[in-house]
Amino acid sequence: MTTSTDHGRPDPELSTLDLARGARSVSYRGETVCVIGAGPTGLTAIKNLTEHGFGVDCYERETGVGGVWNWRHDRSPVYASTHLISSRPLTQFPDFPMPDDWPDYPHHSQLLTYLERYADHFDLRRHVWFGTEVVRVEPAEGDRWDVTTRSTGGYGPERTSRYAAVVVANGHNWSPKLPTHEGLAEFRGEVMHASAYQDPAQLRGRRVLVVGAGNTGCDIATEAAQQAAHCWHSTRRGYWYAPKYLLGRPADQLNDLMLALRVPRRLRQWLFHRLLQASVGDLTRFGLPRPDHRMLETHPIVNSQLVYYLGHGRVTPVPEVVRFHPDSVELADGRQVDPELVVFATGYLPRFEFLDPKILGDDGTTGRPVLWLNAFVPNHPTLAVAGLVQPDSGIFPLSHWQSVLFARLLRLRETRPNKAAAFAATVTTRAGERYSGPVKESSRHWFEVGHADYLRALQRALHDLEAK
Amino acid sequence: MSQQVRIMRGREWARPVRPVRREVLEAIPGLDEGRPPLLFVPGFGHGAWAFAEHWLGHAAERGFSGYALSLRGQAGSGPAPEATLRAYAHDVVQVAAGLSRRAVLVGHGAGALVVAHALARYPARAAVMVAPVFGGWATAFTALRRNPLGTLPALVGGRLQCNRAQLFGRELPRDEVRRHLSRLGRPARRAQWQLLLGREPEPAVGDPPVLVLGSPEDRVVPHSVLIRAARRYGSAPLLFPGMSHDLMLDARWREPIDGILDWLEKEPSGG
Ligand SMILES: Cc1cc2nc3c(=O)[nH]c(=O)nc-3n(C[C@H](O)[C@H](O)[C@H](O)COP(=O)(O)OP(=O)(O)OC[C@H]3O[C@@H](n4cnc5c(N)ncnc54)[C@H](O)[C@@H]3O)c2cc1C
Ligand SMILES: NC(=O)c1ccc[n+]([C@@H]2O[C@H](COP(=O)([O-])OP(=O)(O)OC[C@H]3O[C@@H](n4cnc5c(N)ncnc54)[C@H](OP(=O)(O)O)[C@@H]3O)[C@@H](O)[C@H]2O)c1
Repeated sequence: MTTSTDHGRPDPELSTLDLARGARSVSYRGETVCVIGAGPTGLTAIKNLTEHGFGVDCYERETGVGGVWNWRHDRSPVYASTHLISSRPLTQFPDFPMPDDWPDYPHHSQLLTYLERYADHFDLRRHVWFGTEVVRVEPAEGDRWDVTTRSTGGYGPERTSRYAAVVVANGHNWSPKLPTHEGLAEFRGEVMHASAYQDPAQLRGRRVLVVGAGNTGCDIATEAAQQAAHCWHSTRRGYWYAPKYLLGRPADQLNDLMLALRVPRRLRQWLFHRLLQASVGDLTRFGLPRPDHRMLETHPIVNSQLVYYLGHGRVTPVPEVVRFHPDSVELADGRQVDPELVVFATGYLPRFEFLDPKILGDDGTTGRPVLWLNAFVPNHPTLAVAGLVQPDSGIFPLSHWQSVLFARLLRLRETRPNKAAAFAATVTTRAGERYSGPVKESSRHWFEVGHADYLRALQRALHDLEAK
Repeated sequence: MSQQVRIMRGREWARPVRPVRREVLEAIPGLDEGRPPLLFVPGFGHGAWAFAEHWLGHAAERGFSGYALSLRGQAGSGPAPEATLRAYAHDVVQVAAGLSRRAVLVGHGAGALVVAHALARYPARAAVMVAPVFGGWATAFTALRRNPLGTLPALVGGRLQCNRAQLFGRELPRDEVRRHLSRLGRPARRAQWQLLLGREPEPAVGDPPVLVLGSPEDRVVPHSVLIRAARRYGSAPLLFPGMSHDLMLDARWREPIDGILDWLEKEPSGG
């Protein structure tokens, strides 16, 4: 399967001598760096590595760039109505802005246009092997990496190439996190994970139960409010539902205004609570539980419409699901509801199926890598994971600076090895650091970062690295 | 130039520059030979028209797509009385990022300072500073000496006004000079102050090659300032003796644009 909607192919002739790994032959790619994935994070990695003079081979299992934002991709979780939740200035790459006449919260199709233009502008596609997935990444001598690929879907032979460094940019919103519930297998209604939800037509005229109140769950619940015969929305805690606009500007820009004015977190939380209290009021009057945390202690929900539909009676809030019966779903308060369709908007889990989890410092039980700056791997100075962050802003700027830092680190390995060694020592001692205030313990929060805290830490790392 | 990369941009994230209608004039060669596009940025008072006069067409004839932008509040771009250097640099980056390939930024006069700021926010293929006015007191004193009536008001909060002798050489026909002078606008007050007191541009991203060129007889940019400007980019200026400040409108306009295009063709990352 090498059909490709994207033109361009990297030059395969760079490999010189062949090596061997067991029975396999390995083609040697010299100082070339391998990037896994051509989503926003992979694209910015290619751009920044080539800008720093490195050769790059990128492998992308799909046939186009854009990752999540390319809705044609079979693993893309975006649905027809997806608009950004982070506003434009906080989402765009720092050195390639989106058009300033675009809306504050562009549509997913605009994001794809933006990423395609980024790829064309910097001529990135010639580095990408489309329709090729990485199946194994193994350490080789001299801090190099053997990367094994094959055509997506398992056709054709495997190929192994040896790289000087690897950037893992495989995204973390594609492997559904599905809850297990007693009786789920016998339930007669339809059950799906939100990753399979694409279009409100799937909800039209049906009784729908949406589980989970991340941004996906809230978006789907508001669509169900307009399309479905009935919508129950099940949450296991109370949340703060932030509107897209506050005090006349996008809510995240208000947050950043306060950050720029150095308003402490506690005071920001208090101000947000007061603002929400004054504008939408106490949500328990709609039957929602009271939040069990302060604002900014769970990944922000940005949705102006959910509260509106609660007020219209088009969404019925219900507590956690406890078990399924063949014809109904039992809730924590003992109530039973009878949906025809259950949508689990319960999120995603990061997965690195091509890497031994121990390499990333995960002992194999938690599924949580232990890295510095969520990116740098103890004892593996030529490996970086990019985009493994869930910020209270857009992801692109964080991915951009991660790859700039990695590119400069790789350069310094040649020009000032003692600096690179000092960086490696820091990675080992500081792996596991967090870059946010306290957050609720949940499988989705271990890589939650405050973008200001995170970028400040990254800026310090960059300055230390380049200091005389 | 400050040397450290800046990642935190809290104020920009919180208060993005508002969009204003932008005038962009262009000349595209018939055949696309894969050369980088040129984006011309005029100095204060000038507009895209200054490049449309000769340079855009000539670049296109030599196979380079040329685009010229009018800064906000100037010529055909939308009004912006409160414009700042940040807004000007924003406009340049917006246009550059909208082109299909990495662009070469060419700034003239104070447009070179705008380009220097834009280079910190966009990895240009290359940059060219034509008779660059990076501001500061030396430039102000020169202007004061050559054109006290046009410059003095600017120092007390009024608008800067350039005169004929500063901008144009004697060989230029009278009616042409009159036509250009009638099109000169006035810069925004805040941007004008930033020219004198503004912060240094941050380091350029993407390490672009930079060419500085000008004339030793320029009445706005003294020779010593030109040399200093080139030195900050680690080179010496390319000189076109006997020409006036507005090299793109000079009777000998062809020489500097050919100099720029030749340099680009020789640059490994250029043509
Ligand atoms: C509905 C939704 C809305 C979102 N809204 C926002 C928002 O408003 N703002 C924001 O900043 N973020 C948002 N996100 C987060 C989103 O994940 C990021 O914006 C961004 O897509 C992350 O980019 P990435 O390149 O790291 O990952 P992805 O976009 O997931 O790209 C990863 C790429 O790697 C490829 N790949 C994976 N494994 C392999 C392999 N083994 N071999 C080869 N290729 C591989 C994939 O095919 C994919 O193309 C949203 C996510 C979802 C699901
Ligand atoms: N419009 C947009 O731009 C947009 C839209 C969708 C998603 N996104 C982004 O995409 C990412 C993923 O979002 P997401 O909403 O899909 O996932 P998510 O943020 O992980 O949210 C999952 C929700 O499901 C709940 N949940 C998880 N497991 C559960 C279980 N076993 N039983 C009951 N409830 C359970 C979680 O509760 P807890 O609070 O207990 O964890 C949480 O409310 C986020 O970064 C998000 O911002 C953006």
